[in-house]
Formats: sequence, C-alpha cells, structure tokens
Amino acid sequence: MSGLKVWVQGIGLLGPGLSSWAASLAVLRGAATYCSAPTALPAPARLPPAERRRAGAAVKLALAVADEAVAQAQVDAATLATVFTSSSGEGMNCHVLCETLATAAPMVSPTRFTNSVHNAASGCWHIAVGSRASSTSLCAFDGSFGAGLIEAATSVALSRAPMLLVASDSPYPEPLNATRPLPDHFGLALVLAPVADAHSIAALTIELIDARHEASVCTDAALEALRHAIPAAAALPLLVALAQRGAQHSIVLDHLGRMRLQVDVL
Amino acid sequence: MKPLAITAATLTTALGAGNAVTLEALRAQRTGLAPVRFMDFPLPTWTGEVDGVDAVALPSHLREFDCRNNRLAWLGLQQDGFVDAVAAARARWGARRVAVFLGTSTSGLLQTELAYRQRAADGALPAGFHYGPTQNTFSVADFVARALQLDGPAWVVSTACSSSAKVFGNAARLIEAGLIDAALVGGVDSLCLTTLYGFNSLELLSTEICRPWDASRNGLSIGEAAAFALVEREPSAPPPGWLLGVGESNDGYHMSTPHPEGLGAIAAMRAALADAGLQPGDIDYINLHGTATPSNDAAEDAAVGKVFGHATPCTSTKGATGHTLGAAGGVEAAIGLLAMRHGLMPAGLNMQHVDPALRMNYLTQNRAAPLRRVLSNSFGFGGSNASLVLGAAE
Repeated sequence: MSGLKVWVQGIGLLGPGLSSWAASLAVLRGAATYCSAPTALPAPARLPPAERRRAGAAVKLALAVADEAVAQAQVDAATLATVFTSSSGEGMNCHVLCETLATAAPMVSPTRFTNSVHNAASGCWHIAVGSRASSTSLCAFDGSFGAGLIEAATSVALSRAPMLLVASDSPYPEPLNATRPLPDHFGLALVLAPVADAHSIAALTIELIDARHEASVCTDAALEALRHAIPAAAALPLLVALAQRGAQHSIVLDHLGRMRLQVDVL
Repeated sequence: MKPLAITAATLTTALGAGNAVTLEALRAQRTGLAPVRFMDFPLPTWTGEVDGVDAVALPSHLREFDCRNNRLAWLGLQQDGFVDAVAAARARWGARRVAVFLGTSTSGLLQTELAYRQRAADGALPAGFHYGPTQNTFSVADFVARALQLDGPAWVVSTACSSSAKVFGNAARLIEAGLIDAALVGGVDSLCLTTLYGFNSLELLSTEICRPWDASRNGLSIGEAAAFALVEREPSAPPPGWLLGVGESNDGYHMSTPHPEGLGAIAAMRAALADAGLQPGDIDYINLHGTATPSNDAAEDAAVGKVFGHATPCTSTKGATGHTLGAAGGVEAAIGLLAMRHGLMPAGLNMQHVDPALRMNYLTQNRAAPLRRVLSNSFGFGGSNASLVLGAAE
C-alpha cells in the first residue's frame, strides 16, 4: 500500500496553554517555553443565539478549532464535508442526565437530551454554516483521533473534495471524571484537500502500521504528558511536525492498542 | 461505487433472534412491540425489547465489557452462522485487513445510569463500574473486534439514528482505498432510561403502539436491536446481497426536527442513487425511516415523493421492531436483504387511518413481488441523513 496522500490547508488548535494554532507555533517549534494554563473556551459566535446559549463545552471546543482551521484554509464552510471525532462528547450533559435519572421521578431536560447525542457538535456546526454536506461523528476511545484521520483522509482521497476534520475531547465532571480522568479540554481541526494550492501548509501521507512501531514522542515533557492524557492530544507529534513547515518528518501516531499510524509530513 | 458483496447478514430485534424468525414475523405481519416492561419506567409507552438479553453471558476474558448493549451484541453475533462467516473472512484476508465499524447512539450508557443509582456517600461510582468497556461510545466495536479477533481499523459511528447506515459507507470507502479487504458493519443499541425519558421530554414518545404514516400517529416506540453484515472485496461464493450505493448528507437546519421539506433527506437519497449509478425508477421498494412522529413522516413523505414520485411501494418496519435508534440502519438493511431474497415487501403495521396528507404508496399489507433493488433511509438528530441502495443476489 502506498498510503493516502492529502494536503493540509488549515489548522485549528485549542488546549491547555495552547490558545490557538497561530499562538502555539513558537511553542510547537521549540522556540518558546510551553506554559500550561487552563483551556479557555470561547462562545461560539457563529451559532444563532438560542443554540449559543445551549452550547456546552464540547460544542464550544469543536466549533472554536473548526473556525480557526476554516478561516486559515479560506474554504467555503457551507460546502465542506466534515468528520468529527471524540472519545466522549458532552460530559456535563451526560452527568446531569444520569443524576436526574437516578432520582425518584426524573424530569429530563429536552435540550439536554437533544444535545447529548455524540454528533451534537457536528449538528451545531452544520446549522451554523448552513451546510448540507455529509458529516460523520466517530468514537474510538483513546484512538479517536486516528479513526478520524483515517476516515477523513480516505474520504478526501476518494471524493477529490476538501474536508474538515475536528478531533476534540472534554472532561467529565465528578464522579465520572474519576473513572475517565481527562485533565482539560483539547481540540484540533484540520482542513484536508486532495490537491495543493496557494494555501497548502504541508502534504501528509498516511499508512496503517502495526503496534510494533514506537509512537513518536514530544520533546517537551509537559506536552508529552498531555499527549498521553487526552485522546485528541495523540495528534501532538503531527502538530509539532506541521509547525516546522518546510522540514520533512516521518512520525508515528498512537492509535488503537493493535495499530499505529505512520504519517509522512512534507 | 463498485458493487460491494454483502457476504453475511443477521439481525436480532424484538421480532426474535436471527433471519428465519424475523422473516416468519414479517410474513405474519406480527409486531414485536409490547407495553413497556423495562426496569421501573413508569410512563405508558410501547417498546421493542429483545427477549433473553439479561441471560447472555459474555466470553469470560471480556467480562469487563459486560453491559446490556454488549450482551445484545453477543446474542446477535451468535445467529445465522455469522461468527463462522467472520472467521472465514479473517482466515481469508488476515485479521489486520478486516475492519469493525458499528453504529450506536447510547452504547453501554445504561450501566452508568445504574451506577448513578448506587453512588457512595462521597458521591463516587461503585467500584464495579468500568467506563471504557461499557459506557464509552466505542465499547461495542471494541468488544466485537476483541471477541472475533479482528485487528483492522475499528470505530463507532454515532450520529444518532443514522449511525448504522453510515458504517456501510466507511466500509465501502476503506475497501475502495485499499486499506482493508473486508469489514464487519452494523449497529447495536439497547434500551436505557436516557432515551425513554429523553424522547418523552421531547413529546416524541407515543403512549400507544407507534403508527408510522397513520393520520393519528403521535410518536415513536423505542426498540433495541443488534444487526450485523459482513462486506468483502470479492465474494468467495455468490453472496446473499450487494451494497450498491451510499448517500450521506446533513440538514444544517435543526438539532431535533427534520427540515420540513426534507432537503437533507433528498440530498442523501439522490447521492445514494448517483453512487449506485441508478435512476429512481430502478428502485423496487423503499424501507422508510418512518419513525411515526408527525414531523418525520411528513418531511420524509415530501422528500421521497420529490425524488421518486409517489408510485414506488414503501413502508416503515418500525411498527414491527420499534425505532432501534443507532441500530436502525443496520436492522433495516438486513430487512431489505430478506425482502429481496424472499420477494416480500413487508407491510407497514399498526395503521388505523391513512393520512390523506401523505402521498407515498404506503403498503398496509404484505406484497409478494420479485425485488431487485431496495433503498433504505435512516435519519437522525443533528440533521444526519443516510440512504443505502441494496441489490439482490444475482
């Protein structure tokens, strides 16, 4: 197999100490010191007021990184197909629903139920940008980023059309957090295209490889800890490579226990 | 797309476990729905509960995955020689070349609902609660991949009620791109309190048996199901059916209400026909999404009429199985294959009064006819739409 080749047209990033892709370049290049700080989630300006009020952390995170990537790529969001991938979706909704359902006479909020679906972020994004293009929402637990990258790159290569990939994870409140501890929110978005143009940042060639290959690590100890702590942060070695534009990298990303992804970045 | 061989398929719903029992129920126009008896749910509604799920024991090395959803998955896998078909595909292509793509909406969430009823004084969940193998959305695909020793790409599609139609698209794409040679696809969703109370909160849960396409339809009956199909790059024997086309779209309109003219649904059906290289007149029968909510059936009737005209025979089989949510696409694909194999257009059940506002040729009695191609619709919250075109064995 020769690998799936796609071009990166735009990047969005939001995580602890990483307030946007643009603001994180120096840290990712190793030119500035990484300083962790709680992830601040912006209000999703694109959403109509009613949806904006209802938006939880997972929707805010996904829309923030999607916005940054689409703006950089200068593509028409209204025609862009999307892949959203997340380990868990909207943790607070899940917690409040389960708390309510444990009471004697549960009164479930219809808004909470509607937004409890794993594809809430996808639904909100497509409403916000008025897009009827196809969208999927994936979950592969700790391998969720890899699942999204495989699906998005495959779709771009076959459809010959650009696509938006959003990978994001938000923590649960207690008591669920104790059973699935995530230290903070972390999300990234990539606009992928089948051919290069003036906006292209890099080319990716992606192959599935077996788990005997060691995953690439982050040199910075705090970023390396983040890579292990949040599923979407498995993408950090790719983001580091993309930040060093112009240099060629071959990296290996953690995916499922039995599989890794090799990504050649040029 | 190039037609993709569906080399095995099975379904377990409230109608029973496996293809033969399902076919028998469809022929008898029997519903699997009954007044709710699930846990302590106090409101009047009907559900499509699968018999025997509680008694299922998972393989001992996968005990951590024990929850209703994975028990239902394991029960479904045991039917119709499906495990043997998967083992043959694994031997033929290699474990790393066989993927697992499953749809679910709530996965093992019931396990968490139960754990929240047993919190300790400090609020902690009980020690026996395992988040990853039960509640996490990926749980069912992880369980099935481990149980059947498949090492290819594995993920869950969770786009509410279109989930297990969309997994056919994942399989077709990865096979076409050369990443895999075969995939186990389908969907598993099981009864839980979140969906029962949640659909009730939206006033979408019928207090009676659901009546798709009926003038007095007033909501859905929730069901549970496990449906599986095996698709392979090349069949080793004439396969029972073919995947001919997949169409996917979004409404971009509202989180829980379909676009009133069904614009997203129209886009999905047209994309599926285009993917199959077929015209609307090539479709012999349409298995509708047909949830029996007033807005879904009205929007779908408008959308199907726009694409096909009003003559194509169609029904919703949710009057028999209930709405199995994330498993619905897989269930209705399996029913579509049975329909073609046995020349049976299954009736839409529970109809009392035809809705004069709905114009499609909706069958209220079974019709025997040779069927070569079936279209199946699955639409979900978040505006997610998927349509499949299935072809008969040659």
